[in-house]
Amino acid sequence: MSEALRAEHCGSCSSTKPGLPVSEAPRAGHCGSCSSVPNRTPRPGSRRPPAPVASAAMRLQVAAGGPAALKVVAAAEFAAAPVRLCWSAPAEQPLSPLCSPWVPALQLDSGAVLFSPNAICQYLFLAGGQEPTDLTNQWLEWEATELQPVVAAALYAQLVHGKKGLEAAGHLGKLLAYIEQSLSGRGTAYLAGDTQSVADVVVWGALFPVLQDEASLSNELQALRTWFQTMTLSEACRKAANSVLMPKGLLEFKSYLQKQPPPCLAMERATSNEPEEEEASERVLTEEEITAAADAWARGAAALPKPWHPQKPVLPVEGMRNVLITSALPYVNNVPHLGNIIGCVLSADTFARYCRLRNWNTLYVCGTDEYGTATETKAVEEGLTPREICDKYNAIHADIYRWFHISFDYFGRTTTPHQTTIAQDIFQRLLARGFLLQDTVEQLQCEGCQRFLADRFVEGICPFCGYEEARGDQCDKCGKLINAVELKVGWDPSGRPVALPGTPTVFWALSKPFLCFSSQKRPQCKLCRGIPVVKPTQHLFLDLPKLEEQLEPWLEHSWSTGDWTANARYITRSWIRDGLKPRCITRDLKWGTPVPLDGYRDKVFYVWFDAPIGYLSITANYTDQWERWWKNPQQVELYNFMAKDNVPFHSVIFPCSLLGADDNYTLVNHLIATEYLNYEDGKFSKSRGVGVFGDMAKDTGIPADIWRFYLLYLRPEGQDSAFSWSDLMLKNNSELLNNLGNFINRAGMFVCKFFGGVVPDMVLTMDDKRLLARVTLELRQYHQLLEKVRIRDALRCILSISRHGNQYIQVNEPWKRIKGNEEDRQRAGTVTGVAVNMASLLAVMVQPYMPSVSQAIQGQLCIPPECFVLSHIFTCTLPPGHRVGTVSPLFQKLENDQIEALRKRFGGGQPEDLTVVCQAKPTPPAPVPAPASGPVVAPGDPQLIQELTEQVAKQGNHVRQLKANKAEKAEVDAEVAKLLELKKQLALAEGKSPEVLVPKGKRKK
Amino acid sequence: MAAELALLEGTLGLRNGTKYGAQGERQIPVLQTNNGPGLTGLITIAAHLVKQAKKEQLLGSTAEEKAVVQQWLEYRVTRVDRCSSKEDTRTILKDLNTHLEDKVYLAGNSFTLADILMYYGLHHVMVDLTVQEKEKYLNVSRWFNHIQHYPGVRQQLSNVVFIKNRLYTNAH
Repeated sequence: MSEALRAEHCGSCSSTKPGLPVSEAPRAGHCGSCSSVPNRTPRPGSRRPPAPVASAAMRLQVAAGGPAALKVVAAAEFAAAPVRLCWSAPAEQPLSPLCSPWVPALQLDSGAVLFSPNAICQYLFLAGGQEPTDLTNQWLEWEATELQPVVAAALYAQLVHGKKGLEAAGHLGKLLAYIEQSLSGRGTAYLAGDTQSVADVVVWGALFPVLQDEASLSNELQALRTWFQTMTLSEACRKAANSVLMPKGLLEFKSYLQKQPPPCLAMERATSNEPEEEEASERVLTEEEITAAADAWARGAAALPKPWHPQKPVLPVEGMRNVLITSALPYVNNVPHLGNIIGCVLSADTFARYCRLRNWNTLYVCGTDEYGTATETKAVEEGLTPREICDKYNAIHADIYRWFHISFDYFGRTTTPHQTTIAQDIFQRLLARGFLLQDTVEQLQCEGCQRFLADRFVEGICPFCGYEEARGDQCDKCGKLINAVELKVGWDPSGRPVALPGTPTVFWALSKPFLCFSSQKRPQCKLCRGIPVVKPTQHLFLDLPKLEEQLEPWLEHSWSTGDWTANARYITRSWIRDGLKPRCITRDLKWGTPVPLDGYRDKVFYVWFDAPIGYLSITANYTDQWERWWKNPQQVELYNFMAKDNVPFHSVIFPCSLLGADDNYTLVNHLIATEYLNYEDGKFSKSRGVGVFGDMAKDTGIPADIWRFYLLYLRPEGQDSAFSWSDLMLKNNSELLNNLGNFINRAGMFVCKFFGGVVPDMVLTMDDKRLLARVTLELRQYHQLLEKVRIRDALRCILSISRHGNQYIQVNEPWKRIKGNEEDRQRAGTVTGVAVNMASLLAVMVQPYMPSVSQAIQGQLCIPPECFVLSHIFTCTLPPGHRVGTVSPLFQKLENDQIEALRKRFGGGQPEDLTVVCQAKPTPPAPVPAPASGPVVAPGDPQLIQELTEQVAKQGNHVRQLKANKAEKAEVDAEVAKLLELKKQLALAEGKSPEVLVPKGKRKK
Repeated sequence: MAAELALLEGTLGLRNGTKYGAQGERQIPVLQTNNGPGLTGLITIAAHLVKQAKKEQLLGSTAEEKAVVQQWLEYRVTRVDRCSSKEDTRTILKDLNTHLEDKVYLAGNSFTLADILMYYGLHHVMVDLTVQEKEKYLNVSRWFNHIQHYPGVRQQLSNVVFIKNRLYTNAH
C-alpha cells in the first residue's frame, strides 16, 4: 500500500514549497501520503473519540531512511494517536533548529517540537493515557544510552562495511542477554509488565533493523525470541516495518548511514570492558624495544635468575628484599564470605606468591582472632567452652583457606601464651612511658549474670552520621570508630534509653545477643531476663592525643616511601583530622589477655588493642626468632592487607601502641585496603543466607582456581564491586576457556600433534620479534602493577598476552602450513615454538592467581623448575628439542543451568525443602540406573513427566503440612525421603543429568 | 553520577542518604529498592526520587511538558554525557543557546528536573569556560546562572561567576 504513496514525495508537507508555510499545510486526509501510514488521522465525521490530550492532529515529520522512524511510527499506531505523518526528504528544513534532519520530529499543539524519538514515543503513549513508570523510564534510558549506540554500530558495520552476522553484531550479544534476563527474570510477557508499553515499542524499534526476524536469535534467548516475535507480528509494528522498510528493506537506511561518521570509539568503549588494555596494546613499538626483546629471547633460560628457596623458618636475610605480609586476622566465630576472602587473605596470598616468584624473601602470616565477647557468647550458645569454640572455628577457617590454596607460611591464632607475653610487654612499656590514662566510665551491666555488655552488642544512633544501627565500637555506615564506653545511657520509666544529664546527647539502644527489646521496648538480658543497670567501672586508656606528635611524622614518612591505597590514606587523614581522643583498651570480660596491673586483674585487653599484636605473637609461634621480623624496620618491609573498615586500627591505633612502646618495632610500610565486594548488587548476609560463604564455595563444584580468578578479576580496587553469577560464567567461558585456556592448549597441542611432542626449531622473523616485544611490554606492565599491589589490573596483562597469542596463531595458521612446503613447515615450527614459550611464560605469570592451573601447565609442558621465576624479560625457556608431556584442556565450560541453580541456591530467597547441589559439569555423566523401586523410565515421556510433576507437588505439600503441624522428626524424614526419590525420578524422566539432591540442613558445613 | 543523585536528594529535600551502586565502565548509578531488582540509570532514578519527594510538577504538569522534560533528560544522558571532545561540547552549547533564546527554563516557563540535571551535567563544562565563551553562549550563561541560584540546587558545587557587564560589546 505505501509503496506507491512513498514513491512520490508528499508535496503538502514540504515546508520548502513556496507559498505553503508549515502552519498552513493542508489538513490531513487531503493528502494521501500523510494519512496513509498511521491512518489514524481523524477525518471529518470520523467516529473515533477525541484523544484525551491532543485535540488536533499533530504533525509528525519522519525522514525516509532514518532508522528511528520505526519506533515512532509504531508508537503512533499503538497509541492510536492523532498524528499526521509526513515523510520528508532529509534535505528539507527541519521543524526546529535542534532537529537533526534524519531523526523524526513531532510538532506539539503548543508549537513546541519534540526531536527525540523516545520522548515522542512516550508522549504518544501518554496522550493515549499510559503514564510512564519507573520501569518504562528505565527501559527508555537504557535503550538511549546502551542499546542505540551498539545498534548503530552494528547497522553501520552491516550496511556500510558489508560485514555479516556475528561479526557485525559486535557487543549486541550482551545487551540481548540483558533483555532475555529481564524478561525471564520477571516472568512477564512484555518488558514492563504483562501489557505492551512504550518500553516494548522503543526497544523493538531499535532491534528490528538488526534482528529482522527472531530466527537469528539463539535458543538460549527463548524469552526474547517470543517477545520479539509477538511484537513483530503485532499490527502496529507490522505496519511500521512495512512503511519504513519499503521498498528496499534495510538498504533504505544505507544512504543515511553512509553520511554518518563511523560510530565513534567513545560509544563502543562504553560497552567494552577493557578500554585501557586495548590502548596499551596499541602503543607503537620502537626499534630498540624490538631488538632488546629479540636479544633477551636468544639468551634463553640462563638469563633468568636462580629461583630462591628460603630455609624454613623464613627469616630476614641481609642484602635481600625482606617482605613481611599480613592479612587482617579473621574473627574466629563466623565463617568468612567471599568478600572477606578477597579483602584480605586472597589478596595477600596473590601478592605473597608474586613476591616469592620475584625472589624476594617473603613471610606471609595470618591467624584467627579469638578473644572477645563474641566468642564467649557463641560458646554459651553452643554449650562449649570458649577454648573449644576457638578450636572448632579455627579448624574451619584453616580448612577453607587450604581449599582456596592460600599459601600462608604460618596460620596461627591469638589465644596463645606468646600473645599474653607480647601484649603484656607492650602494655608495660606503654605504662612505664606514661602513655596510659585511667578513668571511670559507666557501663551497662546485667546484675544477674554479672556481665558487662560488650560494645559490639550495643546498637545505636551513630553520633557522626546518624545511622541507626551503628555498633558500639564502629559505625558500619560511615566507618568511624566510636568509643562506646564514653557514651552514657539511662532508662526512662518506660524503658526507653535516654541520655543522662550532662552527657553527650547520644542515645544507645541495646540489642542482641545479651539484650533484646521485649514488646514494651524494655531492655532485657537475653540470658536471664534481668534488666541491665548502669555501673561505674575503672578502665585504662591509650593516650592517643599525646602520641599524635610521634604518629604524624611517622605517617608522613610511611606515605612518602610506601604504597598506601588511596582509601587507606583518606580514612586515616580524616580520622586524624577529626581529632584523636584517648582510647579505652580494657574490658570487663574473662575471655581475653589479662591486664597485668593491680586493680585491673579481673579485666582483659580490648580486642582492638590485642588483635594486631596477634601478628607478632603468631610469628612468635612460627619462629622463636620472631623479633628479627618485628623489631627490624631497617631490613623488613611490612605489608598489611585488609578491607577498608579495618584501616584506622592499622594506621593509627596499632602504630601508636608500637610507637609508644618504643622498642624499634617494624611498622607498616604499605597499607593495602580494598573496598567492599557486594553480592549480586546486594550485601552478603549470613542471617538471610545471601551470598557464598567460604565453606560453601567448594560445594559448588567450581574449582578453587576459578573462584580465585574471578574474585581477583573483580577485586574491589578503588571502588566497590559486585559478585555476579552470570558474570562468573561469562568470565570463565570467555576469558579462561576461550582466551587463556584455548591459547595454552593449542600451543601445546601443536607441539604434540605436528612435532611429535618436541619443540621445533625457530627462525624468528620481524613479526615474531615484534610479538616478543609486545609480550615484554605486557610483562613490564604486569610487574609495574603488581609492585603497586594493583592485583586486579595486573591480571589483565596476562589475558592480554594470551589474546596476542591467539591472534598470532590465527594469523599464521600453523595447522595449514605444516602441510605445505619446506619453508611453510619451518614457519609452522617457528610459530608453534614461540607460542609454546609464551604459554610457558604465562604459566609463571598466572601462578599467583591460579596456582593449580599454573602447576598443571608446568606439568603438561614439562617446564623446568628453574624457570619458575619472574624477571623483566621474556626468554626462550622451552628451547628446540625440549620434550613436552601430555597436553589436556585446563578449563571447563560453565553451563547456564548450573549457574542458575547456584544463583537460586545462594540467592537468599525463601528456604526450600530441598537444596540442589550441582556438580561442575562432570565428565560425561555416568548413566544412572533407574531406581529399583520406581518404574523404568524412558527419558522424555511427557505423560510420565506430567504424572511425576503432580506427585512431586503433592508430596511437597504433604511434607510442608507435616512440618507445619510439627510432626515427629522420623515421620517427616521418611516423607522427605519419598519426595527426594520422586524428584530424582522426575529429573531422570526429563532426561536431565542427574543432580545430587541433598536434604537441607544436612549440607556439609 | 551517584554524587549527582545525592545532590538531587538534597535539592528535593529528601534525606535518604542513599548509597548508590555503580555499574560498568560508565559507572551508571544503581538504586537498590526494598522490592525488586532496583533501578538503573541516572534519569530513571532521578524521576523516581522526584516522585518520592512528591514534587511531580518537576516532571512537567501537562502531557506536553512531560514530554519536553523527558526529551531534555534524554539529551542530557545521550548527548551531554557523551561529549568526548571540545567540538562536541561546542555543539551542545550552541544547541542549548539556540533553544534557550526565548525560554526561561529548558521546558519553557517552569522549572523542572531537566534544569536541575542539565545544570549538574554542565557544571564541569561551565567552570572551564572563558569569559569570552560565556558571552558567546549568552543564553546558556543566563540560564545557568539562574539555575545555580535557584534555592537548594547548587549545594556544595562551586559557584560559577558570570560577569554582568559585557566585556566585548562587539563580540558576535
